[in-house]
Amino acid sequence: MTPTPAIELKGISKAFGPVQANKDISIAVMPGTIHGIIGENGAGKSTLMSILYGFYKADKGEIFINGKKTEIPDSQAAIAAGIGMVFQHFKLVQNFTVLENVVLGAEDSGLLRPSLARARRELEALAREYELSVDPDALIQDIGVGMQQRVEILKALYRGADILILDEPTGVLTPAEADHLFRILEGLKREGKTIVLITHKLREIMEITDTVSVMRRGEMTATVATADTDPSQLAELMVGRKVLLQVEKTPAQPRETILEVENLNVTDDKGVHRVKDVSFSIRAGEILGIAGVAGNGQSELLEVLGGYERGTGHVRIRGQEIDLTGAKSDGQSRRRRGISHVPEDRQREGLIMNFHAWENVAFGYHHDPAYQKNALFMNNAAIREDTEAKMRRFDVRPPNPQLTAKSFSGGNQQKIVLAREIERNPDLLLVGQPTRGVDIGAIEFIHQQIVALRDAGKAILLVSVELDEIMGLADRIAVMFDGRIMGERLPSETNERELGLLMAGITDTTTPHGHREVEANLAERHGEVR
Amino acid sequence: MTDRMPAWADAILVPLISLILAAIFSAIVIAAIGENPLEALELMIEGALGSTYGWGYTLYYATNFMFTGLAVAIAFHARMFNIGGEGQVLVGGLGVAIILLYLPLPHWTVALVAAMLMAAAFGAAWAAIPAYLQAKRGSHIVITTIMFNFIAAALLNWALVGPLKAPGQEPATPRFADSTHLPTLHDVFSVIGIDWSSAAPANVTLFVAVAACIGLWALIWRTRLGYEIRAFGSSEPAARYAGINPTRIIMVSMLISGGLAGCMAINNVQGEAERLVLNAAEGAGFIGIAVALMGRSHPFGVFLAALLFGFLYQGGAELALWMNIQRELIVVIQALVILFTGALDNMIRMPLERIFLTFRRRPDVPKPDRKSTSAEAAE
Repeated sequence: MTPTPAIELKGISKAFGPVQANKDISIAVMPGTIHGIIGENGAGKSTLMSILYGFYKADKGEIFINGKKTEIPDSQAAIAAGIGMVFQHFKLVQNFTVLENVVLGAEDSGLLRPSLARARRELEALAREYELSVDPDALIQDIGVGMQQRVEILKALYRGADILILDEPTGVLTPAEADHLFRILEGLKREGKTIVLITHKLREIMEITDTVSVMRRGEMTATVATADTDPSQLAELMVGRKVLLQVEKTPAQPRETILEVENLNVTDDKGVHRVKDVSFSIRAGEILGIAGVAGNGQSELLEVLGGYERGTGHVRIRGQEIDLTGAKSDGQSRRRRGISHVPEDRQREGLIMNFHAWENVAFGYHHDPAYQKNALFMNNAAIREDTEAKMRRFDVRPPNPQLTAKSFSGGNQQKIVLAREIERNPDLLLVGQPTRGVDIGAIEFIHQQIVALRDAGKAILLVSVELDEIMGLADRIAVMFDGRIMGERLPSETNERELGLLMAGITDTTTPHGHREVEANLAERHGEVR
Repeated sequence: MTDRMPAWADAILVPLISLILAAIFSAIVIAAIGENPLEALELMIEGALGSTYGWGYTLYYATNFMFTGLAVAIAFHARMFNIGGEGQVLVGGLGVAIILLYLPLPHWTVALVAAMLMAAAFGAAWAAIPAYLQAKRGSHIVITTIMFNFIAAALLNWALVGPLKAPGQEPATPRFADSTHLPTLHDVFSVIGIDWSSAAPANVTLFVAVAACIGLWALIWRTRLGYEIRAFGSSEPAARYAGINPTRIIMVSMLISGGLAGCMAINNVQGEAERLVLNAAEGAGFIGIAVALMGRSHPFGVFLAALLFGFLYQGGAELALWMNIQRELIVVIQALVILFTGALDNMIRMPLERIFLTFRRRPDVPKPDRKSTSAEAAE
């Protein structure tokens, strides 16, 4: 006899306006297993879990928890049914202690002291049981991201969760921290907890799950035992066609030096020293990849090179010094010097979401004489025409310059930005997180475009938190930690473990290191940055 | 794949429903004090639109509101909430008075141009200080502009009991020279043989205001400056990325805004009063906020909303005159219109949007919506 599923969803449908986010989804999650849900951005994974956690109400369908039909109108009901959720963006009060955060919303009475005392005892027990040790009296703002995530897990367990849902839990972790998280999850599974892991990373699915369900465009396309599948099959199920997971490229043919950066320092407007004595160079025809966990100075590096953050030090393009502090140092001056920039956050910086596609293609290049009718007016018709041509060359769908940026999918938005920047034929292209929030099909295309630009003899600075992307695209890899470059490696002569240690600030990569050391290093740096 | 309702519904249907709701509530208020709402409506329409005299007043008020509405609208495109229109109008009036009192100008055309330049310069200068404080010091523009309204009123007070005061009891300037008086619509229309009431204050400034609407439309949607202003107003981080200078955009948009508000003075000071008096703006600076909100910060929307508010002002005055309805109640009715068209806009928009989306979901194959995109292009 098969055991009763811990979670069983039957015929769940949910629409937002004309968008069918979930279409007749049925899934059974067995107790004591780790069940992965994989799919591209916008495939409906988060919507499905939000329905399970009571944030949304399904239009149709039923939910069974441990075989019992359950209504989940809000998150209180979800918690009562034994469901805990760890969100991608943590919901913690920064200036509360770990203990206070755990108790928040689950106090026993109006008086806080007894609740805190009970919580302290339970946390100690949980820490022993699941390798989930945290300092209960540390303030959230003083502990690292990996630790904060553990607090989120503890919060769920403290509320009696038997079913734990984790939404993209490794997005902000170094590889070592991710490994530790997986060990915790294994421990929870051994104790009989049921875990649902939502992710878009194939590797994680293969590494830790027992069963995997694939979602595509709101539908559940397959549920298979992880042991019976492989990454390329999963990718095909996610996208609906065969995809190349590996970037195809020939060895780089670097030529003359394009960009030289020497002792670059950036202090942001809060007075935090973000980039510390960074030096590197990039030659024509090569891609320098900068790896690192988000928030280690990569964004500021891009911003100062892109002209909208102030810095000190020397930056030269083709041997010519660039002004980093003057009044004339801005995005316009950089574009005139042949630097194009695909920013990390396309929705905040790269595009104006309520502008038409054609207005966005002119964005940053709106001084281009070809876009002016005369001294007074812009030539909107010419911009529209240019936009349509660029949209077709970059396979933006639909290639309609009149649509606003927000009506395109993430991948197509990114293609608009890439078209705008690459078609300017820059000497140097700065690219930040080129495939964040982009569907796999578009990732392939975007990577091809970047490699093609390299092969056309341009210099490319690639910043990405996705190690796979860096490994696949870069000709040289520099790792940033705490504002510094910890070291440079060639992709052929390094591996993820070594890069992972560099990402945690450990330069001695020959001796073995445990996660505790990595963590101590990260926590130290975290305190310093603050 | 548009997730919104068509542009025509956004621009026309929403304000229309808001207006009907405001009318229903106004009717309830009028009925509650024992008057007949239908009779009141008839009286308003008759009083505001039934004669060239009524039209003369309606258009006079509308001219005021066009200037102040455009002022709020252009600032709003840069995400600056300029609620200092009232003060900018007063200071613009000061500029008009100074040049018309001290410089002998031979003809009204010359006087109009000179007064316009002064009004714009004074209004812009008054907006420049809060703009600079916002751009360089981060002082919130809402707070500073509203405080500058009080300073402007005090400044006007001082000028009218001090250096600019005419002999006599009244705190006002002397009358401007006859050569500087602007032709009224009566004068304009008599040239082409139309008989227009000579008692109403509407004057050639109306045409200046209409030209300002068209000019501002071209500025916002057709020039690089307008593009940069809209970009900055939509997303400051994106504007920084593109190399658009925030200080420049804040300053320029607020200077244009203050200049437009100041220009209202050629209508009320030069055109109507023909001298500068206390409280010359009569709240038009604040009405401009409602006009811009209702007009969706689009110059043509502002034009229509200004006409509506001109009608409400003149119709309301008629009500107070002919029915047993007090002046204060007229303010209540105007407030209801502002409440529904401005403040409670989303109350109408959201449900309406949902209705549209429900109907759109029916066809199973979503195609790129040609119709709504071409409507967007019409901006």
